[in-house]
Amino acid sequence: MVYVGDSIDIGYVPKLALLCEQLQKDFPDLVNIIPSYTSIMVEFHPSYDVSKLTQYLSKMLDQFDQLKASSQQKLIELPTYYHPDVAPDLITLAQQKKLSIEEVIAIHTNQEYTVCAIGFTPGFAFLGVIDERIAHPRHEEPRLQVAKGSVGIADQQTAVYPSNSPGGWQIIGNCPVSLFDPHSTPITPFNVGDTVKFVSIDKQEFLALGGVIEHSKERVK
Amino acid sequence: MKALEVISPGTLSLVQDLGRKGVGHLGLSTGGPADLHAFCWANYLLGNQANAAVIEITLGQASFRAQADVMLALTGADMPATIDGVAIGNWRSFLLNKGQTLKLGYAKKGLRAYLAIQHGIAAPKIYGSCATVVRDQLGGLDESQGKALKKGDMISSTSTLDSNLSAMFSAKFTPARFIPNYAQKIEIGVLETYQHELFSSKQKSAFYSNIYTVTDKLDRMGVRLQGNAINPDSKGIISEGIASGAIQFPPNGQPIILAADRQTLGGYPKIGCVTQMSLMKLGQARPGTSLQFYAADLEEEIDRYRKFTRFFGV
Repeated sequence: MVYVGDSIDIGYVPKLALLCEQLQKDFPDLVNIIPSYTSIMVEFHPSYDVSKLTQYLSKMLDQFDQLKASSQQKLIELPTYYHPDVAPDLITLAQQKKLSIEEVIAIHTNQEYTVCAIGFTPGFAFLGVIDERIAHPRHEEPRLQVAKGSVGIADQQTAVYPSNSPGGWQIIGNCPVSLFDPHSTPITPFNVGDTVKFVSIDKQEFLALGGVIEHSKERVK
Repeated sequence: MKALEVISPGTLSLVQDLGRKGVGHLGLSTGGPADLHAFCWANYLLGNQANAAVIEITLGQASFRAQADVMLALTGADMPATIDGVAIGNWRSFLLNKGQTLKLGYAKKGLRAYLAIQHGIAAPKIYGSCATVVRDQLGGLDESQGKALKKGDMISSTSTLDSNLSAMFSAKFTPARFIPNYAQKIEIGVLETYQHELFSSKQKSAFYSNIYTVTDKLDRMGVRLQGNAINPDSKGIISEGIASGAIQFPPNGQPIILAADRQTLGGYPKIGCVTQMSLMKLGQARPGTSLQFYAADLEEEIDRYRKFTRFFGV
């Protein structure tokens, strides 16, 4: 494990992405390189000669503050339908935040987010950092099923569920674009360090893009 | 070439090779055998490549019919095996002639058996592997998209099978000293790492002296244990990469050991990792097994695991 800090700092992310990219290039035999908010997990075969790797990593860490991330990271736009039809928590969240639904949407779409980590389920990108005015903790009891495409909020993070799965995030919308397809290349559009922006779409556009409206019994009152 | 037809897949039968490397940053699990030891022996007994795909059979009660004369090897859990009703035993290679049926009974000891086919199972590779990870919808036979084997599936070998097998066949056996006994009480080695400093010395000694029970909440993602609860001084940590064998403590204080299909990131504090050699043992632990941890020595464990990987070429 390589740690670069002990609290979340969005500034780490592009640097970690760069470090992973160089690691991959200079040490192509590593089993896995998994970045997250403040760390990189490097996995290698037991017979791997780690002395060169650790030397390299400690040199990179010394220079970490000076690392200049390339500006090649993608901007990914995610069309999203913000409506109680697909967002069981939208009304409650707006009420608790003393905002109108329109204001919640405006705040959520107004900003560009950074892909800080990918995990939990394949193609699930943790995006940070959202405006404090709409930040909200997870449900205490996670839902057994969150629909594919659900756009959620957990504390100061936001994300899209790429497939149906259990989950406890506050669901405020649905993005009809496929974000995980095991049989396409790449399987997910996201890379750590990429920029993501949400774009509000209406029901017609949502359906035209393949969005599905299911009537969930599980709305949180 | 067609080799076997699945007559019954039992509780869960999955195609597995050594797993998917270099995909953790996309959120994909490695997959691969739950018990690397028995997996490797199955291929070794047939002279297969170390990464050849085999069938991992959980709990047994599976059966397969030969579509041609095929050479097979069976290792792992003790699931009484018969060919057309005649017992054959396991940890060995054997011949299944066209039309014959191999039947595996309910596992008497251990949890997972490995059935290898000469030259390995033909299955499409995605990210370099055909390992089945159900959660990721990846791996398995053609078009199966991460599904377990089902009745009627046709399993092919990657290469033409020798037509004159029975004349040249001689059974190979795993030497008895390498066959584990899959005991009801197991000792599991731990390398302290990650957030082990969040655990007080009192909590650590409780961790090593506790007799844990393997619960029925166990699958290829993780094994949940039950014992005296231990709650480290933490409300959760910043999500980070989860290594094979990581031991995490969720808020209920009961450890979960993370296995082949584990999620790639997690935010629960971890006391360390189960050694790779112990993890293979854990892949055979049934619900109700008693488990005690011991502190393992890093250098010794690296040495042991290196020897293992060299022997099998993995």
